[in-house]
Amino acid sequence: MHDITVALYLITVLLFIAGLKLLTSPRTARMGNLVSAVGMTIAIIATFLGYWSELTSWTYILIGGILGSAVGAFLAYRVDMRDIPQFVAILNSFGGAVSALVGAWAIFNMDKVKPAFASTSLFVGSVIADAFIGTIAFIGSVIAFAKLQKLITERPVVLPMKNLLNVIALVLVLVFGYLLIQNPHNYLYLYLIFALAAFLGFNVTMAVGGADMPVVISLLISYAGLSAAALGFTFMNYGLIMVGSLVGASGLILTRIMAKAMNRDFWGILLGNITPPEMAATSSDAAFYEGKVKSTSPDEVAMMLKYADRIVVIPGYGLAVAQAQRELKELYDLLTREGKEVYFAIHDVAGRMPGHMNVLLAEVEVPYEALKTMDEGNQLLEGADVALVVGANDVVNPLAKEDPSTPIYGMPILEADKARSVVVIKRSLSPGFAGIPNPLFIRDNTVMLFDDAKKALRAIIDAYKEL
Amino acid sequence: MPLIASSGAGLDPILTAVVLFVLALIIGFEVITKVPPMLHTPLVVASHAMASIMVVEAIRAAGHGSLLGLIALFIGTVNVVGGYLIADRMLAMFKKDKKKEK
Repeated sequence: MHDITVALYLITVLLFIAGLKLLTSPRTARMGNLVSAVGMTIAIIATFLGYWSELTSWTYILIGGILGSAVGAFLAYRVDMRDIPQFVAILNSFGGAVSALVGAWAIFNMDKVKPAFASTSLFVGSVIADAFIGTIAFIGSVIAFAKLQKLITERPVVLPMKNLLNVIALVLVLVFGYLLIQNPHNYLYLYLIFALAAFLGFNVTMAVGGADMPVVISLLISYAGLSAAALGFTFMNYGLIMVGSLVGASGLILTRIMAKAMNRDFWGILLGNITPPEMAATSSDAAFYEGKVKSTSPDEVAMMLKYADRIVVIPGYGLAVAQAQRELKELYDLLTREGKEVYFAIHDVAGRMPGHMNVLLAEVEVPYEALKTMDEGNQLLEGADVALVVGANDVVNPLAKEDPSTPIYGMPILEADKARSVVVIKRSLSPGFAGIPNPLFIRDNTVMLFDDAKKALRAIIDAYKEL
Repeated sequence: MPLIASSGAGLDPILTAVVLFVLALIIGFEVITKVPPMLHTPLVVASHAMASIMVVEAIRAAGHGSLLGLIALFIGTVNVVGGYLIADRMLAMFKKDKKKEK
């Protein structure tokens, strides 16, 4: 029976590898997730087979499993697509907590659950690893959730001598870990390790700004995978070891790919040293924009759209904040019905995470083919009549090309000003994440419509229908 | 008893565990190479679902009648089920639009 369990776990691993591969292409991604879900089901069946004889408390298993499934399904169908990053952060904190809790359970019941062939130091050492990594993933994810949900400040909070404190905490973990291995029944050392790991998870994540949070979440998911592998060593569960290290490693690679797309330093994030872009003084902004901004009305914008043949929409997070995706889709339908070419040029980091904007627009059924990448978008902007910027700022800021002293210099942008005219819908002239003014707003061919995206788009649609 | 068959193939079970760990790590590093930014969010969500595998040991802890295990199994199941369903909900949106265009 134990051989069968290990064989089933091997199938899980193969399905997860296939799932990850399928997930890297849009055509097969959903299938990939399904394949991995089948793998997970097989792993759970394998666990029941492998531990059958020792499972006595079926009430607990049923309560935990059924309630957990119900709550999980309820949350997954209720959550708003805008809140995906927060949702994943809070779920991942659960994963870290599971590792830490089960690790604690293992050491409390060492006599019953320690594999006979594993030495005490290996057993306790692996419990320390999963308690430590699991707690970092748990607390780190809770902080990430709180930041994204704006329960605490999104700004980086850096304790004085942050790195020194981290190093001291790490050294103490090693010391207490050694002591725990020597005295496995003195749980005080275990509690101290939990506390130090919680401090580390807190300290590292607090130091990261809200805009970098997606990268941190991806990293914390990878930590959750590694803590699963550590848990595998505790029980000598080959399945957990294989799956945990597979997901941990692929998560690291994904984090690196994402960091690159967002123009961030991967190693800096790994070590918790993400340098936030300098917040430039915003007081000079008023002088920067003074008398040079042309504002417009919905009627005028409707007129511009009426006479345009090709329109490129550049959506930003402001669109999602205003929940204006449906209005944007309505305008899209209105314009395409008259035979106009309408495209959505989506910056790699539009939204809260790379790819988030695609999800939000797909949700309101904007056809897949109208969604264009950055490169395609820039080509289409070349001959466009109107570039319609909705709630975006930094991703269309020409300073990224022109001024080496700005924090966003070198970041690829959507060159909205290549279009014959540019319409920017924005609530105010406030700066974006990078905290710098945007010269696009004062170009000759730019007009600004100051309003909430939802209201502005509604007014444009109404005006358009009356033309 | 743990999952290892003691059928005495002669290979040290701990060494086996280390070998599996290292090999899976290498596969993990290689399996994801290029991902279009469009899929980053769904891929993060889907790999989160896979990382929730530790729930299997929570089943065992709960099965031993441990309260810690019950709590771990509950939140672990929320994590697994929520993770897979939200990834599916998100990916379904991509697929639907693709079909409609064809």
